[in-house]
Amino acid sequence: MEAKIATEINSAPLEWRQRKSKKPLSEKIIEGLIKGGGFSSIVFILAILFFILKEAYPFLVGAFDFKEFFFSTEWNPASVVKIKYGTFAILVGTLMVTVLSMLIAVPLGLACAFYISEFCSPRLRETYKILIEFLAAIPSVVWGFVAIMMINPLIINLFDVPIGLNILNASIILALMSLPLIVSVGEDALRAVPESYREAAEAMGATKWEVATRVLLPAAKNGLMAAALLGVGRALGETMAVLMATGHAIQIPDSIFEPGRTLTATIAAELGESPKGGEHYQALFAIGLMLFIISFIVNVSADYLIRGRRK
Amino acid sequence: MFRPSHELTKKELKEKNYQNLLSTITFFLFMPALIIIFLLFLKGYPALSWDFIFQDPINGMTAGGIFPTIVGTFWLVIISVIVSCPLGVIAAIYLSEYAADNKLNRMIRLAILNLAGVPSIVHALFGLGAFVLFLNMGTSILAASFTLAVMNLPVIITSTLESLQSVPLSYREASWNVGASKLQTIRHIVLPNSIPGILTGLVFSVGRSAGETAAILFTGVAFYLPFLPKSVFDQCMSLSMHLFTISTQVVGVPDAYPFATALVLILLILSVNSISVGLRYYFRTRRKW
Repeated sequence: MEAKIATEINSAPLEWRQRKSKKPLSEKIIEGLIKGGGFSSIVFILAILFFILKEAYPFLVGAFDFKEFFFSTEWNPASVVKIKYGTFAILVGTLMVTVLSMLIAVPLGLACAFYISEFCSPRLRETYKILIEFLAAIPSVVWGFVAIMMINPLIINLFDVPIGLNILNASIILALMSLPLIVSVGEDALRAVPESYREAAEAMGATKWEVATRVLLPAAKNGLMAAALLGVGRALGETMAVLMATGHAIQIPDSIFEPGRTLTATIAAELGESPKGGEHYQALFAIGLMLFIISFIVNVSADYLIRGRRK
Repeated sequence: MFRPSHELTKKELKEKNYQNLLSTITFFLFMPALIIIFLLFLKGYPALSWDFIFQDPINGMTAGGIFPTIVGTFWLVIISVIVSCPLGVIAAIYLSEYAADNKLNRMIRLAILNLAGVPSIVHALFGLGAFVLFLNMGTSILAASFTLAVMNLPVIITSTLESLQSVPLSYREASWNVGASKLQTIRHIVLPNSIPGILTGLVFSVGRSAGETAAILFTGVAFYLPFLPKSVFDQCMSLSMHLFTISTQVVGVPDAYPFATALVLILLILSVNSISVGLRYYFRTRRKW
């Protein structure tokens, strides 16, 4: 359910929506309220942007230095000697975790979407769908706990490395967390391909596998890409699990067995101890702004891909 | 008699292999989650008792129970649902029954998608800037619940929209043709028939807020409080935050304590979700169309 996307659900037919009845004042007022409520999401999204900008603004016009912020690896906001706000190492950490987790989750998730949508029996499909829902319901703090208590010792034993809280650990957790989204959006994309496509291909003697790879894959390409993109968005935005799993060290990781740090985790870990209204606090809001913009771009492109499919 | 050619049997064999591969992948994708839940149960169960649920944490949160965190989570979830439910349902009614096909309403749908996709920590920043500071609520249950409500809004809108959509157009037409106005039709025909779907979405969002941590981190949840919250302007503890604290911030916690906490959280959420799934199946069998 979570994975369903608002842009994908139709409204009642236009003719009905445009219908107007003669009505007493009270109805007019209520309908006005409904209209007002309809705009609430736009209001909230603008409010989020506004309030984050508001808190980040003094930093953006003050201590913010484009080159330092994006290209310096030194993040020393609380240093007495030399305060530095360089997010490069954090950006690299975020990127590594996201890319690695998607390398795991996207192929597996899409394979799973194909299986659930095309190959398995209706009964098995229902079971898997409930399982997906339960998987999606596990909160991120529990995933983080699992990272510390289970995957951490597993990595230490398996790869013989000193710490198990590292990029690999976070990627595994993120892959598991974004799978439900990728599978269910991918499955929706496959279901949206008209039945006549399958029938036409099968009538030509194509096997199910051929239908899947030669017909459905191209036809649902955009939707599947959107599924992957939404997975990326989920991985980028995940906070608690990566805070607990990455080891949270500021450095550019040399390998996947070294700890790193992500944008989201930085905010979560430091905002509590930075004095309100101070520069450090504002810098964290600037990171928040960056995250907002990234997630906005990811979501809008996913929506564009899905809408393209509808045409 | 027809016999499949050599080419065909080869193809069929290949087909079978591919299908087996896919089913194996799918099966093993779900194994980790099941194993994890099983292990949580195995390690957390011995520490679980009524005392654990109804006692306060003691000895610097290394022992005792989790009662205040359950109370706090309960407060947060209830208030956030009270706030987000009416707003979400109204927004869905507008989108489903009134909105014309224009740019503005495309923007609304895009805004919902974005609201759902914004990282939870960004929601926390918003809650801090808007509710805690600007509206002067302070770090309180109220501010945290409002933040959760904004986070849950897209979930409730989407599920409500889906269930409003499942009411057949003929129902609306019939009501309209006996002289009911549009609002009357919505109130007496469309809404009652989509209550099941709305309820399912609502229960689902309850489960989601119960597990959320990042969004309430700076808006109303404390690491530790020696007393229970007395009003919505107090801070509270929460189950999810407590799990984070005892597994990362507190030193010397015996393993069983966080495991039992995680188990309680998971059981809470899974049971809420089972209610949601159960409701859906129950109503599906009773559907009139």
